[in-house]
Amino acid sequence: MSNSLRIQYLISDEDFTRAGEASGDVKAKLKMMGVNPEVIRKVSIAMYEGEINMVIHANGGVIDVIITEKDITMILKDKGPGIKDLDLAMQAGYSTASENVRALGFGAGMGLPNMKKYSDEMNIETEIGVGTTVTMKVFF
Amino acid sequence: MTVNGLKNIPEFSIINEGDMDKEITVPFCCDLLSVAMSKAPAGAAWVTIMGNVNALAVSSLTDCACIILAEGTAIEPNVLSKAKIQEITLFKTDLPIFDAALKVYNLING
Repeated sequence: MSNSLRIQYLISDEDFTRAGEASGDVKAKLKMMGVNPEVIRKVSIAMYEGEINMVIHANGGVIDVIITEKDITMILKDKGPGIKDLDLAMQAGYSTASENVRALGFGAGMGLPNMKKYSDEMNIETEIGVGTTVTMKVFF
Repeated sequence: MTVNGLKNIPEFSIINEGDMDKEITVPFCCDLLSVAMSKAPAGAAWVTIMGNVNALAVSSLTDCACIILAEGTAIEPNVLSKAKIQEITLFKTDLPIFDAALKVYNLING
């Protein structure tokens, strides 16, 4: 871990227009590091979905990104309502997004499934009324 | 064919010029952003009716060659300014999604 880069992003509350800035920034950094484009794509998708989830469901939060020579770890922490039924939330097509959110093109119920699909390791800790922490890792 | 080649389609008009030398791999049609996020191939000419800033983010993260807004979709002013900053090429057309994608397909495949 001697050569690691740590970055923290604040994801603001209900700001759909800024969602994607953190993942865009990470993408640019990985590109500069010469990481394989397919790996960059995986990281971009997984992190963007996470960012959107934080905006839609949890009034924003904080994303810590740790980049080493071998992998990238993204820790997405929010103080939202927590996920009631994690198994259901992981099912493709299941969504609790509002009509407003759907009108923006989200709410297809693909967020968590995409995050799992495009990360190599994913762990979710969630507690009702306390918040959710999603940790994703992608190997280079 | 590069993005610049799409200027030859009379029904398309350009709203913002990004990297016009980007190679187009394939037309891609989708309006659900999470689906587009996971399915849009790199270099896609993405035909959609989602003219919001989130579509720009998806286009940028998936390395789309350009976005083509079909069905006469109007964009908000903040979309244009963000497209300029992110250098994303935007076209618009009154054509339906399928017809717009077909125009791109026919141009790519001669």
